[in-house]
Amino acid sequence: MSGAGSDTATFKPPRFNKHGVWAIYKFEVARATRTLIQSLVTPVITTSLYFIVFGSAIGSRMQSVSGVPYGAFIVPGLMMLTLFTESIANASFGIFYPKFAGTIFELLSAPVSPLEIVMGYVGAAASKSIVLGTVILATSSLFVSIHIMHPAAMIMLLCLTAVTFSLFGFIIGIWAEGWEQIQIIPALIMTPLTFLGGAFYSIDILPPTWRTFSLFNPVVYLISAFRWSFYGTTDVGIGTSLTFTIGLLALCACAVAWIFKTGYRLKS
Amino acid sequence: MNAISIGGLGKRYASGHVALRDVDLQIRKGEIFALLGPNGAGKTTLINIVCGIVTPSAGHVLANGHDVTREYRTTRSIIGLVPQELATDSFESVWATVNHSRGLFGRPPNPRYVESLLSQLSLADKRNARIMTLSGGMKRRVMIAKALAHEPDILFLDEPTAGVDVELRRDMWALMRRLRDQGVTIILTTHYIEEAEEMADRIGVIDRGTLILVEDKRTLIEKLGKKRLTLQMRAPLPSVPRELADLGLELGADGTELVFSYEASRSIDISALVRRLADLSIEFSDMHTHQSSLEEIFVNLVSKRT
Repeated sequence: MSGAGSDTATFKPPRFNKHGVWAIYKFEVARATRTLIQSLVTPVITTSLYFIVFGSAIGSRMQSVSGVPYGAFIVPGLMMLTLFTESIANASFGIFYPKFAGTIFELLSAPVSPLEIVMGYVGAAASKSIVLGTVILATSSLFVSIHIMHPAAMIMLLCLTAVTFSLFGFIIGIWAEGWEQIQIIPALIMTPLTFLGGAFYSIDILPPTWRTFSLFNPVVYLISAFRWSFYGTTDVGIGTSLTFTIGLLALCACAVAWIFKTGYRLKS
Repeated sequence: MNAISIGGLGKRYASGHVALRDVDLQIRKGEIFALLGPNGAGKTTLINIVCGIVTPSAGHVLANGHDVTREYRTTRSIIGLVPQELATDSFESVWATVNHSRGLFGRPPNPRYVESLLSQLSLADKRNARIMTLSGGMKRRVMIAKALAHEPDILFLDEPTAGVDVELRRDMWALMRRLRDQGVTIILTTHYIEEAEEMADRIGVIDRGTLILVEDKRTLIEKLGKKRLTLQMRAPLPSVPRELADLGLELGADGTELVFSYEASRSIDISALVRRLADLSIEFSDMHTHQSSLEEIFVNLVSKRT
């Protein structure tokens, strides 16, 4: 059945536990497929509603923004909104649930390194967000005509944002000690920051004081860079936006490294 | 080489609670080792340190000669753990969760092995069932299947039969024996002393973080156990005859029982005692002996420290 009666004697653990990473990744993706309606259909319906409200009802009365029709202008912001919320939700739930259910013991006692654990959980959460972002883009194209000026940069930024916010969600999942805490940061911090971060408008249309105030909102840089990849227009310089986005990724990566080094809320 | 070698192991939690104090323990390859102790004695902390779930405050742990902290990939690949709690992925199927465990522990897929594992644990017909639909006993089997999915050399069973029915307990004992026969080292914690008495080759007793005893089961029972010979008198005795005072006999049941207690390891000439009673014309109608169980020894050991 096991041990000496099998090939254990010759089994040498690999330097990189690819089976372990794949097991975590597959498990997390399987969870999304079990809740396909919640995972896929809900964001599509939400996006469609945004288009009906903002694109058709309000957008038809608005002029173009920075030379881009309003309906098309809000597409990058909508995609980012989905990426932020889904990446955080997927990654935080992914690591929080084993803590809640008590199955975390298996992960902690398995021969997987912190990097491999992060690759599995964050990789799965980011993959799901990227798929959703793509679905939002496809849904949007049903309502407005979309032209992507820098497709390679768009894909790169899509992946970068998904990974960054999945890392952020992973941190929240480890920090959280209850379901309420899982909801607090996305609901009370991320959603307001996204709505006030230029998802549905250019911060250039704000009064100077509010524009300066907006520059303290990290989401402005992410949406601005992403919108640049679509239409070549930015609220802030693309270099600044990219530096900020990569800086945010590095910050999250450092926080995750610290968590595993200290065992914060994972190991006693 | 020992399967598990623990030296100077200590654990103090952030709350200040000291769960383990300077524990030294060697567990031999291929044995069933039972770790006994009252609630909060430190059994689960000890297991969790060996498995990598809890960080030790002091000391070292080797599994098959490899350090569990520095060489964690090697040690965790050869250790399986069945925890005390029934913690399972409720929405997963049995097949998926067991294969997930195998992958997590770095093993390539092996459907034939998993199939045979499920059969041996009477789970074959439940392979597609969601775990949430299974009974407690079946969930316990799934936990064992998950722990064995990566073919470990060393298996930790933390209270494996807590809350399971007699039939399942017997099944589990049979499984443990089969695993031991295949060369798997089994470390068992249990509240059921009869389980340790039935299964273990050696026994360790831990109390308030200190390992107070490690002994071969039979030696332990012989060394610390007591035997009691009870003679049923034909007529009640008013007191123990003076001529027998050197034997330390006691009278019981209103003088109708003459009780002779002695250490299990001591060799006693019963026929000499019978002859001495006959010489004093003391007649008895019946006699029986009782040897103290592991449970009595355990309770005695732990209560001495309180």
